[in-house]
Amino acid sequence: MAAPGLLDQLAVVLGRAPRKRPPSPAAAAIALAKRGKTPKKNELLAEIEHAHGIHTWRNRRWAVLLGVNLLFTLSFWIDIQVLEGSLTASRLLGFHLADVYSSLLVMLAQRHVAVNLVIGATTIALFWGLVGGRSFCSWVCPYHLVAEWAEMLHLRLARSGRIRDHGIHRGVRVVFWLVFAALAFATGQTLFLALNPIGILSRLLVYGPSLALGWVVAILLFEVLYARRAWCRYVCPIGLTYGILGAKAPVRVTYDLEVCAHEGECRKVCEVPHVLDLTIKGRAEEPKLDVGPDCTRCGLCVDVCPTGALRYELKGVKRLL
Amino acid sequence: MSEAPPPAKPVRPRLSRQQEQRRTILRSAFLTVGLLLLQPLAAIPIVRRLRDRLRPPGALEETRFLGACIKCGQCVQVCPVQAIVLADATEGFGIGVPYIDARQQACDFSCDALSCILACPTGALSHELKAKEEVRIGVARLARPDACLARRGEPFRGLARGNSFGGVLRYEEIDRWNAIPMRDHAYDRPVCDLCVIECPIGEQAIRLAPLDPTDGGAEGLFTPDVHRGCVGCGVCEMVCPAEPAAIVVDARAVFAGHGEEPRRHRDRDDAHEDDS
Repeated sequence: MAAPGLLDQLAVVLGRAPRKRPPSPAAAAIALAKRGKTPKKNELLAEIEHAHGIHTWRNRRWAVLLGVNLLFTLSFWIDIQVLEGSLTASRLLGFHLADVYSSLLVMLAQRHVAVNLVIGATTIALFWGLVGGRSFCSWVCPYHLVAEWAEMLHLRLARSGRIRDHGIHRGVRVVFWLVFAALAFATGQTLFLALNPIGILSRLLVYGPSLALGWVVAILLFEVLYARRAWCRYVCPIGLTYGILGAKAPVRVTYDLEVCAHEGECRKVCEVPHVLDLTIKGRAEEPKLDVGPDCTRCGLCVDVCPTGALRYELKGVKRLL
Repeated sequence: MSEAPPPAKPVRPRLSRQQEQRRTILRSAFLTVGLLLLQPLAAIPIVRRLRDRLRPPGALEETRFLGACIKCGQCVQVCPVQAIVLADATEGFGIGVPYIDARQQACDFSCDALSCILACPTGALSHELKAKEEVRIGVARLARPDACLARRGEPFRGLARGNSFGGVLRYEEIDRWNAIPMRDHAYDRPVCDLCVIECPIGEQAIRLAPLDPTDGGAEGLFTPDVHRGCVGCGVCEMVCPAEPAAIVVDARAVFAGHGEEPRRHRDRDDAHEDDS
């Protein structure tokens, strides 16, 4: 399961298209054995339709996401004081937590290392390093949730032909990451934190509504009408940071070439479909592969896969047992 | 066969792979430039100083403060009187940054510990302050002397801000530990001196002084007199029964000298002046 090295995987996170490489002998043998036996898409229609009705992981994920954000809200509203603050920085039972990229920006703007931020950001980095960096996106981020709803609308409109998705290069996310950091250092102001829909929504859930919601709606409209999931795919430096931090995370979605039908339903539901390029026929270099670090571990592909080729896995557990 | 064909959908010209790539790059460039144009836009409210906000105790110099704040709101959560609120998107880079609207709810130091400073994870509220007397939010100023009841020799009886006012204040003689709604506390003062008796700092900050007859008054009248110890907490502004308040706090102003107008904008004039 070595296949693409860490550097290769990080290059894909930073915007490079996944490369096609010759399969290993084992993968080639499986591909050969599957030839002619893999069900065609029209033979799978019943399974595909059935799988589209499965929302096990999505429902669990939404429950966790709402639960975490509710904990923020209730900590203030009814003063249970468990998780105080908002998603940029908070205290869990008094212990500092801080978003890694937001902390970096603030320290660049201040040109000063704030010890509490370092403590909070390190804790968060360790946590997401274990649980899988971009799990933050799909399991905690409130913007991700509303963006998922907007995406449903986008897909419906796209099916009826009224709009289409306009591709943007994933590499601009790196440009934004660098430019927001450079601006913070040069101007002393944190433009990203002023625009950050995660912060706006998180504060809204804790401290009540604000006009800033208009900006979030504007981004959502852009995503519905012009570019699918644009903020998460092409802009958000928070997601990029967690993606890199979680590159070696043991919580994974894994791919099994042997049972894959290559019909491609997973890539249609994925927020970051480039991580699922390995499911295209002839692309898997090994019989079993981990899905790349940009994966948000949202589980939509796990739910929708008609053959069970994509699954959650906790790496290293088997070795431990 | 002679039926007219259905109105043709505008056919999107098929783009070559190269053309599609070029458009993707172009769109990416537009997106980048578009978002970065918001940098000057967000700077407008600070450059033009559209608002002079009272910031919580310990706040760094204004522009540094805006950049140092991570916009988490932990200061809001720890304040026992909920004096701190977060600014909205209309304040540009100030979005999500805490301020105090003293007329609605002043900082009365009910926490006894500068809790907001202790809660701040970034140091935007400076941890160097140790006591409420060291706080410098601004300086109180008698902005509307004609409205001041003391200067007119009038008493004050009843609720300072009426029945519908939601603000709270700690009255040490009633409850040493908790602030209570101001509408639950009626006054009976022979000469109005609420700003003086409710000042959490005391006579280092504000006293009732005889009104100088040359200052347009008769003998035996009084006026609130702000002193060097004023921390700008805004309690005087909150309790003032005149509407609008006769006494207000100028954000980040510096005490200029007895009887003189406070100098505006500590950070713009003289960032490092020792104003203690």
